[in-house]
Amino acid sequence: MKLLRRIVALFRRSSIDREIDEELQAHIAMRAEDNVAAGMSPDAAARDARLRFGNPTVVRERTEHVDFALGIDSIWRDIRYAIRGYRNAPIFAIVAITTLALGIGANTAIFQLLNEVRLRSLPVANPEELVDIRIIGGNHGMGISDTRYSSLTRPLWQEIERSHEPLSGVFAWTSNFQNMQTGLTANDIRPVRSINVSSDFFNVLGVAPFAGRFLGPEDAASACTSSNAVVSYSWWQSQMGGRPITAAESVVLDGTQYRIVGVAPARFFGLAVGESFDFVTPLCIPPNVQREHFDVAVMGRLAPGWTSDRATQWFTSASKGFFETALPQGYSSNTTELFRNFKLGAFPAAAGVSNLRDSYDSSLWILLGITGLVLLIACANLANLMLARASARQREVALRMALGATRARLLRQLLIESSLLAITGALLGVGLAQLFSRLLIRALTTGNDSLTLTVHTDWRVLLFAAAVAILTCAVFGTLPAFRASKADPIHALKSGDGHASSRRERFSLQRIMVVVQVAVSMVLLVTALLFVRSFRNLMTVDPGMRERGITIGYIDFHNSKIDPARIEDFKRQLISEVRAVPGVTNVATTSMIPLNGGSWGHGVDVGPKEGNSRFTWVSPTYFQTMEISIVSGRGFNDNDIQSSPRVAIVNKAFIRTFLDGQNPLGKTVRTKAEPRYPSTLFEIVGVIPDTKYNDLRGAPEPMVFVPAMQFPIEANVPGAGVVISSTLPSSVLGEDIKRVLASSHPEIRTRFFELQQQIRNNLLRERLLAILSGFFGALAAILVMVGLYGVVSYLVTRRRNELGIRIALGSTRARIISLVMSEAGRMLLLGTLIGAMISLAATRGASSLLFGLKSWDPVTIALAVASLATVSALASFLPAFRAAALNPVEALRRE
Amino acid sequence: MAKNDLQGTLELLILKTLAQNSSLHGYGIVLHIQRVSGDLLRVEEGSLYPALHRMEQSQWVRSQWALTETNRRAKFYSLTLAGRKQLAVAEKSWEQTVKGVQAVMKFA
Repeated sequence: MKLLRRIVALFRRSSIDREIDEELQAHIAMRAEDNVAAGMSPDAAARDARLRFGNPTVVRERTEHVDFALGIDSIWRDIRYAIRGYRNAPIFAIVAITTLALGIGANTAIFQLLNEVRLRSLPVANPEELVDIRIIGGNHGMGISDTRYSSLTRPLWQEIERSHEPLSGVFAWTSNFQNMQTGLTANDIRPVRSINVSSDFFNVLGVAPFAGRFLGPEDAASACTSSNAVVSYSWWQSQMGGRPITAAESVVLDGTQYRIVGVAPARFFGLAVGESFDFVTPLCIPPNVQREHFDVAVMGRLAPGWTSDRATQWFTSASKGFFETALPQGYSSNTTELFRNFKLGAFPAAAGVSNLRDSYDSSLWILLGITGLVLLIACANLANLMLARASARQREVALRMALGATRARLLRQLLIESSLLAITGALLGVGLAQLFSRLLIRALTTGNDSLTLTVHTDWRVLLFAAAVAILTCAVFGTLPAFRASKADPIHALKSGDGHASSRRERFSLQRIMVVVQVAVSMVLLVTALLFVRSFRNLMTVDPGMRERGITIGYIDFHNSKIDPARIEDFKRQLISEVRAVPGVTNVATTSMIPLNGGSWGHGVDVGPKEGNSRFTWVSPTYFQTMEISIVSGRGFNDNDIQSSPRVAIVNKAFIRTFLDGQNPLGKTVRTKAEPRYPSTLFEIVGVIPDTKYNDLRGAPEPMVFVPAMQFPIEANVPGAGVVISSTLPSSVLGEDIKRVLASSHPEIRTRFFELQQQIRNNLLRERLLAILSGFFGALAAILVMVGLYGVVSYLVTRRRNELGIRIALGSTRARIISLVMSEAGRMLLLGTLIGAMISLAATRGASSLLFGLKSWDPVTIALAVASLATVSALASFLPAFRAAALNPVEALRRE
Repeated sequence: MAKNDLQGTLELLILKTLAQNSSLHGYGIVLHIQRVSGDLLRVEEGSLYPALHRMEQSQWVRSQWALTETNRRAKFYSLTLAGRKQLAVAEKSWEQTVKGVQAVMKFA
């Protein structure tokens, strides 16, 4: 209450004055009344009362002083004083505030992203009750997995839907890209993101429609034929103009017509953080559902009284029945047994799921660390500035102390000055962070892989910014303030110049700060160089195949209604048509596009050895198109067909793993049985070198290539991936091919993109880390240069006298320069040593993000030392040169 | 030796006065001290208010605006619990001071 009154009093200072006045006047009046009662005349009574009281103004001021001495009012006065001071030195204030705003802004921006992908809960009702039902330890690569979020099969979902005691509600969902019809012909399509959901999806999540209605059980019943759909708010706004939902609104996705019945609220982005959706459609479970297809995710809401641990226990014990009922047919006995022994668990899912989180989590923490260190360096520079300012104000401080200001009082004044800078910097920084985080999100968004992330400035972000501001304030404000308030007033007042006192001490403080700066920037430079070199390694790594001038195409011809037995022939016909397009040098089909994510493997028996290998079905021209050489044996040809013996080409890693370096030609590989892929015996007829598989980072793994014509007919799907080598850019070539194919097969759909572009997109994280850490590393170096320059210049000014004497006594300019520079050199040496040790420890955590080099890379450390040495040589040479150019007569006369 | 000074004495007098009267305004305190001391002690009225406000900052006394018996608005002061404790401390310290001073005076 008292504090509140004082704060109020701040704005009504006169009312406090009035209150005291009134109290004193009442006193005088009462005395006068008593005097009159005692028989005095009114005039005499009043005079006597005033005489006894003394000067009312003085009393009032003394009383006021008691009330305000250490109160808020004087803080306000200090703040006004500080602002006046900064107004007199605007450059200092601008530099300090800009530095802080940029530093705090960068830190807050990265924290904001971290908050978004990691800390925030889903925008649904009571997100902490949500659990994700998954197989504990994953499915060991069994079956076919579609996206990274889907971990269960549809039959398993049906079992869970039937029996889920710990959960009050449960739903299945899967997200994918579908083709939306945009024009009259089949190939007029655009990819849209849709979420297929079971009927309780919105109900369990507790999300209410923005307009219209959501999907319910009646929609699930007709999910596979024709049904209803919900659109996202952004789709409704951008594509439908936000008009009311009527019965006439419909959309065709992958050939199925959906009537639009509702709009989701704007804040609902689905369950995957960093992604968005355009449509929500009912999940179709066909009668002949593929039981080895792990393509749905299941989430539920814990019933009252259940925890995720207890729910896991329940699901684990119920798993046996679930998996027995959902057992896929056609697997080898080992795999079947594996499936039977899977156990389900319930995992907390309040923050949803996120590929973004998985791939960027550690990078963001590293970036946060980097920006934090840069801020630390900037703070050290600011502290130096503050010190310089404090020493210039030494006389003022000394005068105030001589006039009776206490140390606490002065300390408070100085701390108020620095926290004023920190607060202004933090406020601007939070504003800048909005800009920075949006720029970062834009940088993370690649062509076809859109990233939808709305950044919020919630209490966590504000708390973080406040904490950073307080910390910076402590670093750059406290030390100089303590230092200044320790001044000896008599000494400071006596000596004419402003910076006479405690000279030695302050000096070593500045030196310590330079050493810390050098050490920290050493860490930053090592980190930056590691990421840059790692990225360079990735960019120059040889994948073992051609990547330039390769166009990737996906051809979907399920509308052509080709008999499964004739699909390979049809593909052959298609690629001969593509081959005839001008500009195409070579073309081949493949079941698996290289270096593009995804994977396809089978269990194999090679003689006595058992294991897993990648399998790719390719047409004969694949190796020529991708420029992969056959090192021994033969490639595939048109005689390798369904009716001829099964043949295979393996890579060297396969030979190393399964054949111990024996001659592989003539050896056989038997695959393990899987649904629609019966166990098959292949004879090895050729060998290729090791090539990268789905990712540039990966180590070579065993690979088997098999002729496309020998693909199991029962597994055939009406679609093909093609690789095309050409001199034309993919965009041009893609359009040409589309035109050619559209005339002969108007019903097929195609999509083309450039392989190299795709590879670059997949290196986005590495590129971002390299660019940002490189930028911050360079920034750190510049900051250190500025700091070192300031300190060395100061040092030269301090030693002016001594240097003048040295020159007068015949010291050469070269010796003066080396004298000054060796001073800087010592600080550099110490800082570098400390920094090198810290960076050895610090970068160990980043080794999983590095490619082709260890975290203790000697070349990197040498490079960092070299660049720091260059920087500090530059920073100290100018002051040293100036020192050498001193006119001794002038230098000596000044003192 | 007990610490005591002029200011401490004034505070002691105010504390004691407020302990004997539940609530008094500044002028009332002056009158009370004057009357009880048989006109021996006259509080310097100008020093009273800074002392009262200081004691309020230390939370020994609290204040409240009220009407006097002559219907005049005045600020009434009363003792807090902390004030009561402070009074005990100050009384003890005062006794020792008196003893000490007397011992010095009687030394002949």
